[in-house]
Amino acid sequence: MKYVPEENYYTKDHEWAYADENLVTIGITEYAQSALGEVVYLDLPDVGQRVVKEESFGVVESVKAMNDLIAPVSGIVIEVNDILLNNLDSLNDDPMNTGWLVKVEIDNEKELLHLLKAADYKKIIDKKKK
Amino acid sequence: MDVKKTPLYDLHLKHNGKMLNFAGWLLPVEFEGITKEHLQVRSFGGLFDVSHMGEFFVKGEQALKTLEHLCSKSVEKLKKNEAQYNLLINKNGGIVDDIIIYCLEEKANYLLCVNAANIEKDWKFISENNCGATVSNESQQWAQIAVQGPKAFALLKLLGIEEAKPFKMQWVSWNNTDLLFASTGYTGEKGGEIFVKTEFAASLWQKLLEWGGALGIKPVGLGARDTLRLEKAYPLYGNELNEQVNPYQARLSWVVSKDKEFLGKTSMLKEKAKGFNKYLVGIQLEDRGIARSSYLVLNQQGEEIGQLSSGTYSPSLSKSIAMGFVKTEYKDPGQEVWVQVRSKKLLAKVVKLPFF
Repeated sequence: MKYVPEENYYTKDHEWAYADENLVTIGITEYAQSALGEVVYLDLPDVGQRVVKEESFGVVESVKAMNDLIAPVSGIVIEVNDILLNNLDSLNDDPMNTGWLVKVEIDNEKELLHLLKAADYKKIIDKKKK
Repeated sequence: MDVKKTPLYDLHLKHNGKMLNFAGWLLPVEFEGITKEHLQVRSFGGLFDVSHMGEFFVKGEQALKTLEHLCSKSVEKLKKNEAQYNLLINKNGGIVDDIIIYCLEEKANYLLCVNAANIEKDWKFISENNCGATVSNESQQWAQIAVQGPKAFALLKLLGIEEAKPFKMQWVSWNNTDLLFASTGYTGEKGGEIFVKTEFAASLWQKLLEWGGALGIKPVGLGARDTLRLEKAYPLYGNELNEQVNPYQARLSWVVSKDKEFLGKTSMLKEKAKGFNKYLVGIQLEDRGIARSSYLVLNQQGEEIGQLSSGTYSPSLSKSIAMGFVKTEYKDPGQEVWVQVRSKKLLAKVVKLPFF
């Protein structure tokens, strides 16, 4: 059973988002990491760059495949997990905590309401396993 | 087309193999992760299910004549129990397939190992250009297990297989069946391939797994097979090689014997004399990123000068490596080129092969 913490929001593209008022931390789920296999390359936006909900804001690549990172919300990038750019261990070992990708100041907190809750996301990944 | 399963299919599922359709066959792409399996082969060893590969037998008085007519490298000098990398060349000088020929009996009995995706095409090509040999397609009757890595022979010894130089063959008897072992393989590591009758493949695989565990030898999927072969710059049919590619363009001049005639020789040499506008090279990314097959190669001015045929992240080198065809003036190692990776142009350089 993959780790799906209750306090996060999720997308069907296997990103998680944790909201502290209008500051949202974004990452990929444990399910996404294990489906990709070891991540060997990551491309993230710069601080100050704008990300748009449901559009690509970066790229994550394993040995076998390239995947776009799809923004769960719209807003301005406030912080990037720079450690990952030189060392992807925390993304591979702990994608839902120390392996977070970016923190975004969001335009509209209501956007969060369109994201999946943990229980709904769990249903999606359970179905995939079958 | 029906998807085919190898005799090891159920065992792959049991070992959590992630299965994928490869050339019409359901094969494991990975078991525990491509990087892990790759490094395991380089440090200890791995077992590969290569049962999808095709096996043709070419026999009879005209066997040698037929092979000499179809293949670019001379087969005549091949002694009993020796194997050889060779190319089937069409009448236009292009590569029909890259194959391994195993000599079971000089001039009289040869086994051809052909690429799974090319079985039907090769069969047609050989049948249409046969010079009187008795040819049989026994791909369904044979499975193949590759054992590759520095510990490979420690495992193979338990089957009675002796350590041998590359491209040598030996027969051993195991569990009431005959196994044909050849020290050929596509990872650059020690070891080789075992040809086994389909019905004995599963029990042999299980035995190798059981014995191999203590040596750090585990099953390996197609994902790592691809990264391993690319590090050694071994060409892959469908990527580096196809019917439009001339052996001289693909760095395979060593597989062409100049002192013999064969079906596509005249056209092949005519193409070579004209000169090629593209040439196969090795490319290493200098910037961060991963090069993949079909990405474009550019010069400093941003003009397209070629395209990648294979590209991956190399687990042994921790950088991105690729092969591709570039305009001949860019073929020499050391040249700076750029690879178009999505919206970015990443700096790369042409490098000597192999990569590892």
